[in-house]
Amino acid sequence: MSASIKARLKLARDDFTLDVDLKLPGRGISALFGHSGSGKTSCLRCLAGLERAASAYIEINGEVWEDSSRGRFIPPHQRPVGYVFQEASLFPHLSVQGNLEFGWRRIAPQARKISQEQACQLLGISHLLARKPATLSGGEAQRVGIARALLSSPRLLLMDEPLAALDSARKREILPYLERLHNELDIPLIYVSHAQDEVARLADHLVLLEQGKALASGPIGETLARLDLPLAQGEDAGVVLEGVVVGHDPHYGLFDLRLPGADGQLLRIAHPALQVGSTLRLKVQARDVSLALAAQGASSILNRLPVRVRECHPAENPAHVLISLDASGTALLARITRYSADQLDVRPGQLLCAQIKSVALLG
Amino acid sequence: MPLDASDLGAIWLTIKLASLTTAILLVLGTPIAWWLARTRSWLRGPIGAVVALPLVLPPTVIGFYLLLALGPHGWIGQATQALGLGSVVFSFSGLVIGSVVYSMPFVVQPLQNAFGAIGQRPLEVAATLRASPWDTFVNVVLPLARPGFITASILGFAHTVGEFGVVLMIGGNIPDKTRVVSVQIFDHVEAMEYSQAHWLAGAMLVFSFLVLLMLYAGRRGKPGWS
Repeated sequence: MSASIKARLKLARDDFTLDVDLKLPGRGISALFGHSGSGKTSCLRCLAGLERAASAYIEINGEVWEDSSRGRFIPPHQRPVGYVFQEASLFPHLSVQGNLEFGWRRIAPQARKISQEQACQLLGISHLLARKPATLSGGEAQRVGIARALLSSPRLLLMDEPLAALDSARKREILPYLERLHNELDIPLIYVSHAQDEVARLADHLVLLEQGKALASGPIGETLARLDLPLAQGEDAGVVLEGVVVGHDPHYGLFDLRLPGADGQLLRIAHPALQVGSTLRLKVQARDVSLALAAQGASSILNRLPVRVRECHPAENPAHVLISLDASGTALLARITRYSADQLDVRPGQLLCAQIKSVALLG
Repeated sequence: MPLDASDLGAIWLTIKLASLTTAILLVLGTPIAWWLARTRSWLRGPIGAVVALPLVLPPTVIGFYLLLALGPHGWIGQATQALGLGSVVFSFSGLVIGSVVYSMPFVVQPLQNAFGAIGQRPLEVAATLRASPWDTFVNVVLPLARPGFITASILGFAHTVGEFGVVLMIGGNIPDKTRVVSVQIFDHVEAMEYSQAHWLAGAMLVFSFLVLLMLYAGRRGKPGWS
């Protein structure tokens, strides 16, 4: 990973200190994940220049936006960022069209990387242009807010919990649009969230923030599989995998998915219709992975993969242990009882068979 | 014709005074209100209080101090004389200065409320959409504060029309120069011309009622003067 977004920020408030040194990839979606008060939003506001950290160094793809040691501070309106706030925050005195044009009109024509038609199509808002913000639903307003940010042709897109103010139906309405942004645009996106499902679905890179400090920062697959982070202790602990659909068994309605890694293993999943050749994102929960000494005998469990034990870690619940596994280059997590672990005599380096009870398709 | 030439002169002078005062106050009051609405400086309290003083002071007190300041030995009077403008006491210019002071809170406070109600968010949104602070002020703040400007203009104008004590203290009673409607009514009553006074007083009553009607009907149940 070439770190193209660098942000060293130190900020002290009465009840809160932020002290992070972030290095994020210059493309794809990086999620800042943590509880409220962990400093996610402060990081984002500092990146946009809306807040000024006591000590800051911000470099985006080679361009220094802020360097407090040299007194450099580019004011927010001169930073090529797009910012999507938690509430859509559309200008109430302008129509949807007027809102979309606000940033678009303020950049030089040759700097415009996206047309209004493209943005409207991408976010599905072409039919709303003449409306006033007050007449839009929450989901529509947020889509307009995202399109408005895109139309300022940012070199960095920042989103501060853009779905948090919406109900779950509206969230489901917007998530596909965010995935499209991810697939179709080449703008790095930093996405702040405290919702694990959104992060699992969208993020490529994960930064875990707690009380103003970055506990971890890395590719999402690896970071979710780390046993030393609080994430692994949650009920929803698990890993996110990306696989390519390589085969279809029409008789049983099953699809074959090849996992990344040197000799990528196959997962079989039941699904009504998938495109062979497409890439899918999956979540495998730690509690859905069980371990056996060998893949012997018939079983109703479809997916049984040979794995090597990487590490064992006690779970918060003393009856359980967490085990991280290596399935030919793909990290998996398993949560089994301590009793079973002792019966199997689980130890690092051991070869076992992982039985995956269920796989959740994300998106 | 119930109103004679001097009455009409007084009405015209009043309209001229109120319009000019309102225009000056919108120009002066906007930055003051913006500052008061947004600053975290300790000066916010003292300056806010000074701006609000005319709300509670008897007009004679304001008029007295203005008379001293504008007079030949006062600091404003000295300045105007140094600039070759002569003394402004007992002149229309003096009246305008007095009215600006007297009506200041009626313009500044609605504007301050309107600016305060906008909050930080639209300004931040505008900044992330490449609008400079001035651009943001013109294209976001001013349109969003429009109801505040309307209220401020109406109140500033109406309050200047209703001015009496300050005018009498610093303007005297010079026909077509400083004799506004309220003073004209006072003169009519002094001279026992009750019928003349009736016409002018009635006109002021109707005018004031209509102004307040505009204000309250236009507000559609929204509380506060923003």
